[in-house]
Amino acid sequence: MSSAVEAAVAVRPFHFEVKQEELDDLRRRVAATRWPEKETVTDQSQGVQLATIQALARYWGSEYDFGRLEARLKDLPQFVTEIDGLDVHFILVKSTHEDALPLIITHGWPGSFIEMLNVIGPLTDPTAHGGNAEDAFDVVIPSMPGYGFSGKPTTTGWDPIHIARAWIALMRRLGYSRYVAQGGDWGAQITDVMGAEAPPELLGIHSNMPGTVPPEISMALASNVLGAGDPPPSGLTADEQRAYDRLSFLFTKGIGYALEMGLRPQTLYGLADSPIALAAWMLDHDALSLDDIARAFVDEESVGNLTRDEVLDNITMTWLTNTGISSGRLYWENTLGFFDVKGATVPAAVTVFPNELFRAPRSWTERAYPNLIYFNEVAEGNHFAAWQEPEIFTNELRAAFKSLR
Amino acid sequence: MSTNVEMTTEIRPFQVDISDEALEDLRRRIAATNWPEKETVADQSQGVPLALIQELARYWATEYDWRTCEAALHALPQFITEIDGLDIHYIHVRSKHDNALPLIVNHGWPGSIIEQLKIIDPLVNPTGHGGSAADAFDVVIPSMPGYGFSGKPTSTGWGPERMGRAWDVLMTRLGYSRYVAQGGDWGAFVVDLMGVEPPPGLLAIHSNYPGTVPADVDAAAGAGAAAPAGLSAEETRAYEHLVFSYKQVAYAKLMGTRPQTLYGIADSPVGLAAWLLDHGDGDGQPAAALVSALTRTTSETGELTRDEVLDNITLYWLTNTGVSASRLYWEYKGGFFNVKGVSIPVAVSVFPGEQYQAPRSWTEQAYPNLIYFNEVDKGGHFAAWEQPDLFAMEVRAGFRSLR
Repeated sequence: MSSAVEAAVAVRPFHFEVKQEELDDLRRRVAATRWPEKETVTDQSQGVQLATIQALARYWGSEYDFGRLEARLKDLPQFVTEIDGLDVHFILVKSTHEDALPLIITHGWPGSFIEMLNVIGPLTDPTAHGGNAEDAFDVVIPSMPGYGFSGKPTTTGWDPIHIARAWIALMRRLGYSRYVAQGGDWGAQITDVMGAEAPPELLGIHSNMPGTVPPEISMALASNVLGAGDPPPSGLTADEQRAYDRLSFLFTKGIGYALEMGLRPQTLYGLADSPIALAAWMLDHDALSLDDIARAFVDEESVGNLTRDEVLDNITMTWLTNTGISSGRLYWENTLGFFDVKGATVPAAVTVFPNELFRAPRSWTERAYPNLIYFNEVAEGNHFAAWQEPEIFTNELRAAFKSLR
Repeated sequence: MSTNVEMTTEIRPFQVDISDEALEDLRRRIAATNWPEKETVADQSQGVPLALIQELARYWATEYDWRTCEAALHALPQFITEIDGLDIHYIHVRSKHDNALPLIVNHGWPGSIIEQLKIIDPLVNPTGHGGSAADAFDVVIPSMPGYGFSGKPTSTGWGPERMGRAWDVLMTRLGYSRYVAQGGDWGAFVVDLMGVEPPPGLLAIHSNYPGTVPADVDAAAGAGAAAPAGLSAEETRAYEHLVFSYKQVAYAKLMGTRPQTLYGIADSPVGLAAWLLDHGDGDGQPAAALVSALTRTTSETGELTRDEVLDNITLYWLTNTGVSASRLYWEYKGGFFNVKGVSIPVAVSVFPGEQYQAPRSWTEQAYPNLIYFNEVDKGGHFAAWEQPDLFAMEVRAGFRSLR
């Protein structure tokens, strides 16, 4: 083996350090924000309201502890390894329990590994978090290419399929001959694709945003993006109709950011130049999570664990790594339907969170995953399931993968 | 009449007055831009390329002089008057010729009154520009609500229909009992909608972005489907351009649903510049006409130059109207290219670089009272800005029969 190849497959420890100068510059920019006028409505129907983002700016610029991000990451085992020419960053926390099940968790947009920090302890150390030793996982949390501390692709081709294959390579490199995979948002698509690629060592997958939408429904939804298209399909059950209605709202009113990043990610220079532009862009993922996050800043009352500090950790990290555009480029790369069936054949487990973009009906889920081993609807949680409801999320993973141990 | 009513119909002279401090702040922000990495493609398929925007930013911060534009604006009579609770800014230049035809010209997105500056003299002073006294117009160029120096609406409702009604109030207030209206882009929607329920003073409209597309064709183009059967060669070409145009409208979808989230176009000059530049024409996105203008430093024939592109962007920056202008997309519930139902006389000029070239067949169906139709050989989406002389000739010819 040549030394170049050795270097490439080497797993190098990674430490996050931030320069005071960068934090000062960030704070200065937040303080110097030039604001537009207030929206002309009294709700969130025109986007992130001025009062919400100004409350965020106030907290970010004055009370938010810029040291907390570094402190949270200081003792976390992090590594970088080159896969397909790109540095991939990941957190790897091994359980002290024997026979812990290796688990790779993939974050989404506008998230990062920050979304997962609060589930690491419960998953790797279940006995300290209301579980048993046999619930233990070894946890691998990579940063997607263009996100967080992973490298930024300089050429095209890093789509979800490529990322899924890279994760399969990563788990092999880490020596795991049997493991499970989990994801939400982009992570769900990547995990679904891993489940379709089905390497022998992948025992099963869990998704909190399962790709379940039947092709005819998907086509009807897509035809309405730019104007009045096909009517809703007939013959839907009540659950399916509710899912369709939520998806329809998303495709007509809530998909602009995805279309823009899918077509013109580079044009979003404001995300690189303006911390507030980046913050607003990241807050405006979907109406229900925006409601929750707005409450955290405006009413100073967090819904679940989605606190001001958590939200700002993620935004601050995205600012410091200047990954607003590189992360958005994944939408440009993607050729899969967000919610379409990806053809996973491995055992699949699904948890439906009530405030997800849509609640996957059991009927669609059973059709989408021929090998469905677990399906559960929980009572709390939005799109950012692991982040907002770490305890529910952890319990779901323990229950979902129990039969595969 | 109460004093209150007198106040609200008052016409106040207006002069652009930008402080040195605002210009210094702009230059400082451009110089301090935090850049992303380069796009991962070698073309414009991911948006405005880094090298293009960096070169524009360099010029903008170091050599570009807003004061030249401001001086040009100072030379034009400008006014503000309140209509329907909102301050409306407009340029108003009367012709010295008797019987000049009053004309209101409505700009679009991502434009402003800056688009129209070069057509003013050819229209009001035709004898100085190859025309005859009988071609003269009195020209009124308003800034749409939320744009330029007009007020920013603080409540909802200022869509193109309401603007059309406001323009009639404006023309009436200026004493014009018969007038014509012209528009492209949003301006075309406004003048089309004025022509749907025409006020008595409106004689006719001219559009360089006519809404002509039959409903079935429009629906198929929006869905990116195969062309409906039975289209002529010309219609098929238009259809293909429509499909291409619909694929460029992510920015419109975003502004149509979440304009307020675009804080970056208020806070970052480069964020604003890229956003404004990334509007397509028939030859590309960003518009090929704008991209070629960025390397044109002077123009003998009135073609668009880099300074003019920056005049428009700088106007948006200095008035902080990126978000308020975007909100017009949120207000509008109608279609872009569809037939609006205009009943009055209509003149149409088809420019080759427009997003689609309206076929005569569709145009005749869309406008039952079509009085003029012409396809010209140069110019595109920003017709008045790109080819002012040709545009002025089209407006003269378009309205000649109504004088």
